[in-house]
Amino acid sequence: MTPAINARRLALPILVVGLLLIFPLATTGFYLEFTSKVMILAIFALSLELLVGATGLVSLGHAAFYGIAAYATVLLSPKYGAASVWWVLPAAIACSALYAFCVGALALRTKGVYFIMVTLAFAQMAYYVFHDTKLGGGTDGIYLNFKPEVVLYGARIVDLGKPVAFYYVVLACLVLVFMFLAVLLESRFGRVLAGIRSNEQRMRAAGFATFPYKWAAFTLAGALAGLAGFLVAVKDGFVNPEMLSWHESGAVLLMLILGGMGRLSGAVLGAFAFALLQLFFQWEVVFGSFAKHWPLMLGGTIILCVAFMPNGLIGLPGQWRAWRARKAAGAARG
Amino acid sequence: MDLPTFLVQCLNALQYGLLLFLVASGLTLIFGIMGVINLAHGSFYMIGAYLAFSLAPVFGGNFAATLAAGLVLAVIFGYLLEWLFVSYLYERDHLQQVLMTYGLILVFEELRSILVDNDVHGIPVPAWLSGSVQLGDLMQYPVYRLAISAVCLAVAGGLYFVIARTRLGMMVRAGSSNREMVQSLGINIKFLYRIVFAAGVALAVLAGMIAAPVSSVYPGMGAQVLIVCFVVVVIGGIGSVRGAFLAALLVGIVDTFGKVLFPQAAGVAIYLLMAAILLWKPEGLFRQG
Repeated sequence: MTPAINARRLALPILVVGLLLIFPLATTGFYLEFTSKVMILAIFALSLELLVGATGLVSLGHAAFYGIAAYATVLLSPKYGAASVWWVLPAAIACSALYAFCVGALALRTKGVYFIMVTLAFAQMAYYVFHDTKLGGGTDGIYLNFKPEVVLYGARIVDLGKPVAFYYVVLACLVLVFMFLAVLLESRFGRVLAGIRSNEQRMRAAGFATFPYKWAAFTLAGALAGLAGFLVAVKDGFVNPEMLSWHESGAVLLMLILGGMGRLSGAVLGAFAFALLQLFFQWEVVFGSFAKHWPLMLGGTIILCVAFMPNGLIGLPGQWRAWRARKAAGAARG
Repeated sequence: MDLPTFLVQCLNALQYGLLLFLVASGLTLIFGIMGVINLAHGSFYMIGAYLAFSLAPVFGGNFAATLAAGLVLAVIFGYLLEWLFVSYLYERDHLQQVLMTYGLILVFEELRSILVDNDVHGIPVPAWLSGSVQLGDLMQYPVYRLAISAVCLAVAGGLYFVIARTRLGMMVRAGSSNREMVQSLGINIKFLYRIVFAAGVALAVLAGMIAAPVSSVYPGMGAQVLIVCFVVVVIGGIGSVRGAFLAALLVGIVDTFGKVLFPQAAGVAIYLLMAAILLWKPEGLFRQG
């Protein structure tokens, strides 16, 4: 790969990160919190991209891992004091990873549409555990009374309760996850996943035991979704079973297809596009009293996107070029 | 558990299982024949229940007339839906099918909230079915629940007859095993798809309508049924109506007795059943056929 292409590929991410870095200087309050939330969703979408985009496994139960880590964060924190991040964060991620490990062992025995249904069903199982039992406060959800502390050598380095500090922590996590996945997908492991996506049979014929690779990817995706779940629990200080619901799983899949499948930047773009779209449809200035029916407009948009934008936002320039080329070819012929 | 209680629970399990079969059979047929995974299938069940609720005043509470009108509407609705939306999905991958039907769910749920409301409604059991049968000395069992089971069994029998014995059923079976071949034999596959989809919608709507007096009518009822039906379809084997029938009964039994015996873990029981079946037979009990 020539350096020129590398520089071009890096220019946009660096620009975006730069803008996100200076964003807190320009605004506070609602927009800062909103952007934090969207960046958490972007981490969540990136974790699913590892499964759907990179490995070709369409999971409709990814919210389970997101929600389990969020619940673990709350339930593992002491009731009357702050927990240490160094302990709660790995524990929360481990809970998600463990559930992903178990679900993966069963779900990956199936393929295609079975896999979609099975992942959905196992996510629903986790949903009912939190919804029906008193473990996490049932349908009402449960509050995180004290945000975890980040203590290093006896000094509190970051106060996660401060919106600006939290914003930068989330941004750092997003950049790290993005870079981690970018490196991972270029590694041997990532190339095997890409091989599985395009032709699993051939990968097996080439001598790769594909199951362990898919299992590892599934578990890793669950763990990364767990990171997003931890962050969202710390941000809101509250979790409820709806975090694990299949609406959430559907929404994160939608972010991927909205942004564009098969590219990490598509997942991030999709998370932002989805959140902005949702915010826009809820905007009462534009839609008046109809704004409370925003799911109707969101649903309609989804249908239109699937019908007319199969490659997502990131594929739009390509689609436009293809259309131009077709038109030019038609003009030349005619 | 004494014998009458056990009997009552058995009847409940049977009724629930048969009702699930009505919804799941449509889901599995649509997948088996058209290759479309339809998340909006649960919405048809919800639409059925709301149709029973909103059509009842129109027909002055005449339940049979409500059912008939609802079924006619359901077939028309299914036909139009296939034409307008689903027919774009045949060549697409599963992910896009999931997303488009997910979008349809949002639209249906929101239209439901605009057209009716977000409240829970009860529907009276039709007067001529409102009695109950004596079971043993102490237990009674409502006639209406027996009627539900009877209707479902009749539909299941009819479905079996149509699929196994008629020309249409032959086309359906052929279509599910080899689409291109059926097309090249001169069968209008587009029309076949439309019929199958409309029939699937009608089955789910019927289930929703007859279940409405027992379960009441509430938002989100579609999603709940959809996911249980996924479990049924996964256990039964995708595309297999026979598998869906047995799996639906199995799920009905496990869920009903789970609720009686282990009320704490009732929500999880059917998923554990599914996990066990997946360990044993990853393709479901019956593969397509």
